[in-house]
Amino acid sequence: MPVSPKQARTLKHRSWVAFLVIPPIVFMSLFVVYPILSAFAYAFYEWRGLARGEFVGLANFKEVLIGPIMGPVVWNAFLHNVYALVALMIIQNGGGFFLAWLLYKEPFGFRFHRVAVFVPVVLSTIIVGFLWKLFLNPNFGIVNQALFTVGLDSLAKPWLGDASTALGALILANAWHFVGFPTLVYLAGMQRIPSEIIEAARLDGTSEWQLLKNVIWPLVAPSTTILFTLLFIGAFNWFEIPYVMVGLDGSPYGTTDVLGLVFYRTAFGNQSASIQNFGQGSALATLLFLFIVVFASMLTLWLRRREIQF
Amino acid sequence: MRGLTMNLTRRMLMGVAMGGYLLSAGAAMAKTELTFWSWRQEDKAFYQDVIKKFQEKEPDISVKFETYAPENYQTILSTALAAGRGPDVIQARAYGNLEAIATPGYLLALDKQNVPELANFPDSALAAETLRSDGKVYAVPFAMQAQLVVYNKKILKDAGLNLPKTWDELIALCQALKAKNINPFSNGTATAWQNETIVGGLLSSMIGKQFEADIVSGKANFTDPRFVNALAKLKEVSQYFAPNFTGVDYPSSQQLFVAGRAAMFAGGSYEVANFKSQNPTLDLGVFPAPVLKAGDEALIATYYDGGYAVNAKTEKKDAAVKFVRFLATPEYGTAFTNTLKNLSPIKGIKIEDPITQDVAKLADHSMSYLMLVHFRYQEPSGSVLLQSNVQKMLAGQQTPEQAAAEINKGIATYYKPFQK
Repeated sequence: MPVSPKQARTLKHRSWVAFLVIPPIVFMSLFVVYPILSAFAYAFYEWRGLARGEFVGLANFKEVLIGPIMGPVVWNAFLHNVYALVALMIIQNGGGFFLAWLLYKEPFGFRFHRVAVFVPVVLSTIIVGFLWKLFLNPNFGIVNQALFTVGLDSLAKPWLGDASTALGALILANAWHFVGFPTLVYLAGMQRIPSEIIEAARLDGTSEWQLLKNVIWPLVAPSTTILFTLLFIGAFNWFEIPYVMVGLDGSPYGTTDVLGLVFYRTAFGNQSASIQNFGQGSALATLLFLFIVVFASMLTLWLRRREIQF
Repeated sequence: MRGLTMNLTRRMLMGVAMGGYLLSAGAAMAKTELTFWSWRQEDKAFYQDVIKKFQEKEPDISVKFETYAPENYQTILSTALAAGRGPDVIQARAYGNLEAIATPGYLLALDKQNVPELANFPDSALAAETLRSDGKVYAVPFAMQAQLVVYNKKILKDAGLNLPKTWDELIALCQALKAKNINPFSNGTATAWQNETIVGGLLSSMIGKQFEADIVSGKANFTDPRFVNALAKLKEVSQYFAPNFTGVDYPSSQQLFVAGRAAMFAGGSYEVANFKSQNPTLDLGVFPAPVLKAGDEALIATYYDGGYAVNAKTEKKDAAVKFVRFLATPEYGTAFTNTLKNLSPIKGIKIEDPITQDVAKLADHSMSYLMLVHFRYQEPSGSVLLQSNVQKMLAGQQTPEQAAAEINKGIATYYKPFQK
């Protein structure tokens, strides 16, 4: 049967679509879906080193969530992740919003500042971590030196060695590193707002604060949604900054422990202290993955509905 | 015509294949290349030299030395082994970390038949490379390490002060140094595992061999006064650590000592070579943990770093075993000790370096580096517990009694004798 030109076109179109779609699907299945599923499967076995042992059902999940040894460690770390999320939401995203507002008003030198605020984001997290570790060194770090110079000796502390300041120091280092990202997203969001709306508000005689609170903030809600979702994911996957600055143990004595560190220690072992348990590590990774997927999706849906269209 | 070419091609191919087979068999006789993995990038020159010496004896075997970053080594190695690959010869760690790769059967069991040179080692060294479940040795040990006190001879001499034998003398020495505005110790506790090395270096004589024996036999546990009192002494001496020691991490404490800004460093014998390489003008010495009262036995805490193992799945087993046997000879042990300034456990080696000689002499009076040797097989490991609880105690957040009780409670979750 001869192929009509129309059929030929559809065929050509279809093979073109297939050509575009199949490679990414194969790639994703191989490098994303398969590892996730296998990690999920690993979590149901007992492991001796990296050799798979017996099928143990939900025992690993149980140990990770409510076991006498792993349970307290995991929940302690989870709590720190929650702190990090809340604190970064205020400092990093909130700070980004105000920085964006300042840049939006195009003050003197705003082009320079627009770049400057984004530069740390481009730096490697490892470099930022080491840099801040040096800054916070109790004896020669720039932070304590600065405090000595201005006569605030009593405020100087071994920041990363003090249980009351270590986690806060990590959060601030992280905020310094990434604040440029929310700034840029909010700035783009603000620049999208039609200028008539702002002019109209100004004509009505709103104060700067009212303008920010009642006009700008609601209108950049889509940016908030995306930033909050990303921060949520980032805060629960937090690893690099704590790893570089306080080590795998969440020093001092677990006060900076986060789930990423617990996962790494459990799955791969900590050379200078502990041994690996791949099954429990996989169980923790699976739970963390499910938690992030479920909550991030719910959050996005909920926040999306609150956005205002214009 | 076409048939002819086909035929010819086929014949040629067969010839080539045949020749190739013969050649490869010949080549296998002539040259076997072993791969050898390690985490010791800094020892590369030494190992290359060793390989050259080995090849003088075994010209048919060549060895390719490859290194990975220490913090990722175990992960990379166990992943490769799990995938059925990995190197022919493996630099492996000891104790619990050895078990992680030996238990699944990735390593070739060694005995006096296939490696007669095992007779060159003391039992405690072989024990470090023995799998507890089957009692077989899986690696040729390479280095003994000790936790002790390293000191700067010049600082003590200039200050006119003597080495302390007892704990009271140590405290007096610290006070005298402090009065002269010298940091007694450069140690800091911000890096968790440093807390364990400090305990080993400073408290071993007070904890004592008998305590170790009692722990192993189950007669005592960690709430024992010998252990609790030693922790209390550590709390006392911590005021002489680096300024703001709770925030001083491992590299900073090393730097402080290397720069000659502190008199002592409680830690590993492996630090000496490292300190010297960073500042060759340093004149260093070592002494054991101070004793509680004069006449007690002064001890250092010793353990074995790791060993050289053979991949059980290697196709070049004979060559790999030959290489590992070479790494078990006194000739190798002597080169290892003198070049790397790390003490090889092989009997009958000749030590040139005076500090290594001192360490070897001190090792005659030693106890185990307790948590690594006995309690790093299960979670929560004794090391995790000791590190975090001592860190917390030294930060003033718990008493020595509380720290000891926490350590005991953690280990009791799996160690039967403590569950009584």
